[in-house]
Amino acid sequence: MGIERSEIEKLATLSRIAIDEGTISDVARRLDSVLQLVDQLQAADTTGIDTMAHPMQAIQRLRDDRVSELNQRDALQAIAPAVEDGLFLVPKVIE
Amino acid sequence: MHNLTIAELVAGLRSKTFTSVELTQHFLARIANLNADYNAVITVTAEQALAAAAAADKRLAAGNAPALCGVPMLHKDIFCTNGVRTSCGSKMLDNFVPPYDATVVENFARDGAVILGKTNMDEFAMGSSNETSYYGPVKNPWALDCVPGGSSGGSAAAVAARLAPGATATDTGGSIRQPAALCGISGIKPTYGRVSRWGMIAFASSLDQGGPMARTAEDCAIMLSCMASYDEKDSTSVDQPVPDYSSTLNRPIKGLKIGVPKEYFSEGLHPGTEAAVRQALADLVAQGAELVDISLPNSALSVPAYYVIAPAEASANLSRFDGVRYGYRCDEPKDLQDMYCRTRGEGFGEEVQRRILIGTYCLSAGYYDAYYGKAQQVRQLIQQDFTRAFAQVDVIMGPTCPSPAFKFGSKGDDPVAMYLEDIYTIATNLAGLPGMSIPCGMVEDKPVGLQIIGNYFDEALMLNVAHQFQQATDWHNLAPASIQQGAAQ
Repeated sequence: MGIERSEIEKLATLSRIAIDEGTISDVARRLDSVLQLVDQLQAADTTGIDTMAHPMQAIQRLRDDRVSELNQRDALQAIAPAVEDGLFLVPKVIE
Repeated sequence: MHNLTIAELVAGLRSKTFTSVELTQHFLARIANLNADYNAVITVTAEQALAAAAAADKRLAAGNAPALCGVPMLHKDIFCTNGVRTSCGSKMLDNFVPPYDATVVENFARDGAVILGKTNMDEFAMGSSNETSYYGPVKNPWALDCVPGGSSGGSAAAVAARLAPGATATDTGGSIRQPAALCGISGIKPTYGRVSRWGMIAFASSLDQGGPMARTAEDCAIMLSCMASYDEKDSTSVDQPVPDYSSTLNRPIKGLKIGVPKEYFSEGLHPGTEAAVRQALADLVAQGAELVDISLPNSALSVPAYYVIAPAEASANLSRFDGVRYGYRCDEPKDLQDMYCRTRGEGFGEEVQRRILIGTYCLSAGYYDAYYGKAQQVRQLIQQDFTRAFAQVDVIMGPTCPSPAFKFGSKGDDPVAMYLEDIYTIATNLAGLPGMSIPCGMVEDKPVGLQIIGNYFDEALMLNVAHQFQQATDWHNLAPASIQQGAAQ
C-alpha cells in the first residue's frame, strides 16, 4: 500500500507531534509495516458480530451529586510549567 | 535475607529474627551496590523507606502490624507516588512529582509495606524489551547482554536480582507476564477491574491492569490480596469481595482440567521453550491434572486487533500531555500550536509517537469502521473463543512468550518484530481475563515461562495451581549468577 508523505504530515498535525522533516520517510516505512500487520483483520469474517469496547461490557457508574474532592489548586499548580495568579500560562492565543 | 521470600520475610519480622530497618538497609545496600549493573531502579527513596521501616518496627513490637508490615517493595514508575517523581519512563514526565498516591500505592502503605523506590519501564508501558525507556534499557540479570522483557522490565529484573522481594507492575498486552518469563520470576495480571487503575498512568484504558511480581506464586498471592480492591475512583473497578488468595494455595489439583491450545504451539515457538512447557504440563499431570486439547481459532488475529485498539486508546489518553499543566514543555514556543507540537515531539520517544500516529490514523474519518470497528468485532470473536474453551476446562496453559530473552537491538528496525513477542499474551488482555507466568525451565541458560490463563476472577485457582507446581519443582528457586557480584553480604 504505502502511506504518503502528505498523510504523515496530516497525522502529525492531528496528533500535535512535530516530526523532523528528515525522518518522515523512516516514520512512513515503519507505520506501513504496522498497517500491514493490522490489515490482517480484513480477512476475518465478522458478519453479525457485535463490537466489544470493554471486557466487562461495563456501563458508566453514577454517583451522588455531592462534593467529594478538596480544592488542591496550589498543589496542582506547583508542578505546572508556568502559572500566574492561579492561572496556567500558555503562549498568547489572540493578538 | 535477600534470598527469603515475602512469606518468609513476614514470618521473620514477626518472630523478630530481623527488624524492618535491618531488612530495608540490606535491600537499599543491594540497590546501591548492584543496580548500576541492571538499571532496574530509577528512583531510590532511601530516607522515606528507612522512616517507614522504623514505623513498621514499632507496629511489629506493639503487635498490631498489618499484613505486609515492614516488608520492602518497589513500585513500577507508572504508579503515582505523592512527592516522589513518577516518570512513566518518559522525558515527558521526567520532572513530574504527583501530589497524590495511586490507590495501589495507598493499599501497600495501608498494609505496612516499605517502598524502596521506583522501577524502570518502557516509555508509557509501550514496549516488550525496556529499550524504549528514557532512562536507558534494563539488563536481564540472567544475561546482561539480553533484554529483561517489558514493559515492566525494571520490576522483573529487580525481583530476579533480589533488589526487592516483590514489585508492582502493569500489563496491557503482556507487560507483567513476558518480563516475568524472561527474568525467571512469577507474575500475575488479574482480571480486568480487579486492581484499581486510579493513579496508574493510562496507556490503553480497556486493557491496562496492575498486578504483582515476586519470585513465587505464594508471594504473588500475598501481594495480590493487598493490591486488589474495589475503588470508587476507578469507574471500571469491579465491586466484588477480594478473596484471601493465600488461603487456597494448598488445595490439591487432582482432576484439574488444563486446556492446551494448539495455536500456542505453532511455528515460531522456540523448540527449547516448547520442550520446557511440555515438561511442565507433564509434571502437572503427575500431580493429578488432566490435559485437554483445545483450540482458540482467532488467536492469530489478537496482535492485529491489539495494534488498532491499544494505539487508538493511547492516542486519546496521551493527548493530555500538552505542556500546559504538568510535565515537559518545550523552550520558547512561538505560539500555542508550536508549543503542543514541539512539546510532544521532543517529550515523547519514537515508539510512543508511532503508537499515537497509528491510533490517530485508525480513528480518523474514513478509516474508523475499517480499523477500529473491525478490531472491536475481532475482539468479540477472541472473547468467544475463550468462553467456549472455559466451558470445557478449568485453566488454559501454554508458553508465555515464543523464545527466551533476546539480545539488545536484535529485533532490528521493524516494530512488528517486537510486537510479535506478545503473541501469546495479548488475547487475554483483549478478553479481560487473568493471566500468569511462572518459571518452568531453562533454555540456553535463560529462563522459560509457563503461562496460566484463568477464567474471570479465578485468580485464586491460578495461584493455587502455580503454587502446587512450585511445591513439586525448583525452577522458581534458581538465582542468576550475576546477583552475587559486589553484593553487600
